[in-house]
Amino acid sequence: MLLIFSCASPKLSKIEGKRIVIDNDIKSDQAIEDYIKPYRLHVNKDMDSVISYAPETYTKTDGKLNTAIGNLMADAVYSEGNIIFNKRTQKNIDFVLLNHGGIRSIISKGNITTRTAFQVMPFENSIVVAALKGTQINLMMEYLSKAKRAHPISSQLQLTLDKNDAVSSATINGEPIDSNKIYYVATNDYLYDGGDGMTFFHPNEGLYSLDYKIRNILIDNFKKKDTINPKQDQRFIKLED
Amino acid sequence: MKRRDFIQKSTAATVLAGVGALSLQSFSSSKTKKITILHTNDVHSHIDPFGPEDGRNANKGGVARRATLVESIRKENPNTLLLDAGDIFQGTPYFNYYGGELEFKLMSMLKYDVATIGNHDFDNGIDGLYNQIPHADFEFVSANYDFSNTVMNTHVKPYKIISKDSIKIGIFGLGIELDGLVGKDMYKETVYHNPIEKAQDMSRILKEEESCDLVICLSHLGYEYKNSPNKVSDISLARATKNIDLIIGGHTHTFLPKPTIEKNSLGKDVLVNQVGCFGLYLGKVDFYFEPGKKVASEGVSIVV
Repeated sequence: MLLIFSCASPKLSKIEGKRIVIDNDIKSDQAIEDYIKPYRLHVNKDMDSVISYAPETYTKTDGKLNTAIGNLMADAVYSEGNIIFNKRTQKNIDFVLLNHGGIRSIISKGNITTRTAFQVMPFENSIVVAALKGTQINLMMEYLSKAKRAHPISSQLQLTLDKNDAVSSATINGEPIDSNKIYYVATNDYLYDGGDGMTFFHPNEGLYSLDYKIRNILIDNFKKKDTINPKQDQRFIKLED
Repeated sequence: MKRRDFIQKSTAATVLAGVGALSLQSFSSSKTKKITILHTNDVHSHIDPFGPEDGRNANKGGVARRATLVESIRKENPNTLLLDAGDIFQGTPYFNYYGGELEFKLMSMLKYDVATIGNHDFDNGIDGLYNQIPHADFEFVSANYDFSNTVMNTHVKPYKIISKDSIKIGIFGLGIELDGLVGKDMYKETVYHNPIEKAQDMSRILKEEESCDLVICLSHLGYEYKNSPNKVSDISLARATKNIDLIIGGHTHTFLPKPTIEKNSLGKDVLVNQVGCFGLYLGKVDFYFEPGKKVASEGVSIVV
């Protein structure tokens, strides 16, 4: 015991800490580079494959309350998502709500590639369908009227604000919102969980996960169109007088 | 090399028969020992460097360059460990196309020693993570995620002890609360435990029971939450615990130009470091050890 005691373990005497920047002053390791190469070639080949064509450049700042690019996304989620939802439940989605901040890139005039879909939607968010009472839909309309942002909605919803930004009219498939009716609203899992302050998805009357990523919806939707033709329209507007 | 070690030890054993192996190791060298800890965090599938046109990170990053850098540091000091603090997955199409296979394969080629698990490492579900485990020639540690009822059971250990030049280095992992951050269908039956309590357990086990010379926490808790002081962070962890020498963090993508020096619950220094994200930087912390002395010398000098 005495021996052990007199022979203490090594003693920490000094610590030096720093960070080293990794930039082009450091030569790439050739073996690693060679290993990555076939993966890179395959990814790039697929990412750069042309899947549609954009006759214009579309950005999320093109309009005040609705934009061509936002309408394209919401309508794509409706048409692709409803195929799955209807097959599984024999019900139909009533409309789609996404968020303006979720449009992560412009769509540039010219060829649309798989990479375009990755740029517009780099995140892995998937579509969920929430069964919401009309009362919750009314809260959603309140939210949209206060947010005054071009949060993408699909064409089934028509929301008009008066000149004071109050809800003037809100219809779903041409019908006014019925407080007692259940509506099936498709959105992304981020918003369903309360992202962007969208608290109206709770309480709800049920949730259906489609396990369908928004990016894949865009890719599938682009592939169906030789040329996209999204338009800013009247689905979400404000009356000026 | 191994054979020479053996001869050295057996010679010592003849002279000092009856002394425990641990003390023998302490006598095996009388010179200063240096342990180098290299670390990354939140690399997020950034395998290729950023291009010259990138607005923020032009010409930075790249796994092949990191490989060259790590190799040159190892050449200088073979007693080097390479660690990662999680969020290996998600961020470039490499992840979407290959599910993390290439990330793990490259980390294995760079000879990473230990990594912990970040919230984005669940992005293809716990099954998606499990499916890539065969490509990882390094170990995963997490002390506060209980994977017992998941496919990851036995593939993640609370801690790992590595000896370099007879210096015992204990490394444990901590992960962020998954509820609200990761879908339940993704993390499934993974159980989250309080990281501070687990860190206290770990540092006691590693320092007192395992007699580690160095205790390192690989954390994916996040550096600091100034607006939510009750949320556990690396800074609050450092202050609430003892016997941790270095906390290597992640999650908040915090670019620390140099490690932060915090005081632990005993008023002793703890280093907290994090190198932003995307493999733009490599963190390097060198620990110098003097041979065992009977009388305690003055404190540790920290140069950052």
